Amino acid sequence: MKITLRAFGIAKEICGGSTLELELPEQATAGQLKQLLVEQYPRLGGLTSFLLGVNQEFAEPDTRISPSDELAIIPPVSGG
Amino acid sequence: MKIQLKISDTPLDLMACINQVTDPACGGIDVFIGTVRDETQGKPVLRLEFEAYESMALREMQKIAEQTFEHWPVLSIAIHHRTGVLEVGDVAVVIAVGAAHRAAAFEACRYAIDTLKLTVPIWKKEVFEDGEVWVAAHP
Repeated sequence: MKITLRAFGIAKEICGGSTLELELPEQATAGQLKQLLVEQYPRLGGLTSFLLGVNQEFAEPDTRISPSDELAIIPPVSGG
Repeated sequence: MKIQLKISDTPLDLMACINQVTDPACGGIDVFIGTVRDETQGKPVLRLEFEAYESMALREMQKIAEQTFEHWPVLSIAIHHRTGVLEVGDVAVVIAVGAAHRAAAFEACRYAIDTLKLTVPIWKKEVFEDGEVWVAAHP
């Protein structure tokens, strides 16, 4: 399945844009998506941490991804 | 229980934030104002650039606001955050909490800013004379 991800902060720079498209196996989990992202963009692995947003909530590793989900790469936050 | 949240790319209005929590039942209003400091670890900062995942940031701010009502007897809370380019001295965040008594207002306000820094998807980049750094991105 084809998914679209939004990238923010340093992730936007690492991934080369504020949206990216990826091909993912059906029924993939957030954990698998993270792994794939680190393979494609190794600098993500050098961050303090990064999380995935699925439909505007922080995803757990076993959260299932569907093509209609709103997905986002969330590098370490630093507001305030 | 009154909650008012805002993410804005234009300058924050302190009184507008405070007015949101003003209520005859309040005996105290605590306000936290986060401003842009002119240095980080001795290095001069020229400006900060804030970016937000706005829809999710508002949801996380809503959770924080609701948690303050669960933990303290507060009457109202307003959380306003800036995005865009901020110069030294500019206001990045304002949190105002109204309560019948001051202890709850102080504690809830501190909880709100401490938690915001941990959970709300907003990012800042520090711009120095010789480069720029996304804060907290790297160990």
